[in-house]
Amino acid sequence: MSGRQADGAMAALASVVDEHRATILASLIRILGDFDLAEDALQDALARAASVWPRAGVPPSPTGWLHVTARRAALDRIRREQSGNRKLREAALAAELERHDEAVDMDEPIADDRLRLIFTCCHPALAPEARVALTLRTLCGLTTTEIARVFLVPESTMAQRIVRARRKIRDAGIPYEVPSAAMLPERTHSVLAVIYLVFTGGYAPGPDESIVRNDLCSEAIRLARLLAQLMPDEPEALGLLALLLLQDSRRDARQDATGRIVLLDDQDRSRWDHGAIEEGIRLLDTALAMRRAGPYQVQAAIAAVHAEAVTAEDTDWREIAMLYRRLASLTPSPVVELNRAVAIANVDGPGAALPLVDALAAPLASYQPFHAARADLLRRMGRAREAADAYRRAIELSTNGAERAFLELRLAGLTI
Amino acid sequence: MRYALLINTDEATEPQQGTQAANDRMEVYAALTQEMAGAGRLKAGERLHPTSTATTVRVREGKELITDGPFAETREQLAGFYLVDCKDLDEAISYAKRIPAAATASVEVRPVWEMG
Repeated sequence: MSGRQADGAMAALASVVDEHRATILASLIRILGDFDLAEDALQDALARAASVWPRAGVPPSPTGWLHVTARRAALDRIRREQSGNRKLREAALAAELERHDEAVDMDEPIADDRLRLIFTCCHPALAPEARVALTLRTLCGLTTTEIARVFLVPESTMAQRIVRARRKIRDAGIPYEVPSAAMLPERTHSVLAVIYLVFTGGYAPGPDESIVRNDLCSEAIRLARLLAQLMPDEPEALGLLALLLLQDSRRDARQDATGRIVLLDDQDRSRWDHGAIEEGIRLLDTALAMRRAGPYQVQAAIAAVHAEAVTAEDTDWREIAMLYRRLASLTPSPVVELNRAVAIANVDGPGAALPLVDALAAPLASYQPFHAARADLLRRMGRAREAADAYRRAIELSTNGAERAFLELRLAGLTI
Repeated sequence: MRYALLINTDEATEPQQGTQAANDRMEVYAALTQEMAGAGRLKAGERLHPTSTATTVRVREGKELITDGPFAETREQLAGFYLVDCKDLDEAISYAKRIPAAATASVEVRPVWEMG
């Protein structure tokens, strides 16, 4: 066998894993009813593919081969297991595998499997941070090490969090199912929130500006795309995908060559990803036409107004302020109010916005963007001394180098 | 799977026995109990006397320690339970959320440890 065939086999395996890993794992979890066993069995199958494919060539149906091999690996693992109810499980599983072996048709039921898996991983009976971790681990295939690094916790903590979540799924009987119609709206909300948290985990500046963070944004978009595809009649799923695409379209323009943050107003708009913007706006239009507005659609609409402005001066701030009012009525929060105030500052001037911002001082006392926004308003009003105090507070609260550098630059530029 | 639906209430704000509010609530409980029994889900269920009647027993180094009152002073107290046999956690939750205490205090859903 030539080296080229071997390289080709490994490339084929990498692309199958990239595209179909979650699908294969989802169907294994359904059949086996056990996250750990499913994951171990898939690992076994991948290892086997890595040794067999380069020699024997890539099988005609690579995903089918992995499915079957992983199921057999699961059976082997159960046989090796030294537990009292081993025989029972083995018999049950063998019957189950036989049933599935005959029909390795992978189109219709598998889409359902992935949707089931999303709902299980995002079940509200799991702690929010466990939902995010489990989703990244199971659906995105990130390693525990990677997830721990992104969320700034020790690897052992993250490993324990994932183990505990899987154990709760099993012991508390968290279903592996798409929820019934009565529960669907609330549960969908939980899924959307997890995907958005994955995205902000990548987007929000943290101390580690490594490549993993950008990967998280891509993973979140991938999940949102999958959800939108599996729930085409759910406008909030389309709204979330639109929101992520629109926010992510600015990724390259958000930092300059030296890694410094570039504010929206100062960004080079030619560096925005206009393909992503177009797709985001198209998705948003489809969602809005369903006439069931929700917070993700409104946030996507806000992002779309920014995206549609050819220059920063062209931004329709009146529209944005109106959308924030709408968002506040759907999901009231001081952070939404802060954003609305910033929009109002651009319509009616910083003097009109400052009282609105000051009213949020108590709930947002340790929220860095609050102090940064307040500092900016005071600077624009020529109240340099108060602006300086607010910049200093914002700098104290900042956890990101690029962000801190930006604030320090603004502070240094004040003439007191 | 079997689940215990542990019903917690805030005894301080509970409606007084014999009042209209207490009677109304009893009717909601009775209807839910009947419905769960009719669906073949209900295995057991009891209402408990308030924690003022509780006695806590501990044994330390072989010596019994009997104290008056519940195991811990908390804002909510265990007032009763249902034992239900459900398809999965979601079905158990769908009953738990209809227990009146869920709206005023809380209901804890705990899977039963199946022996053997």
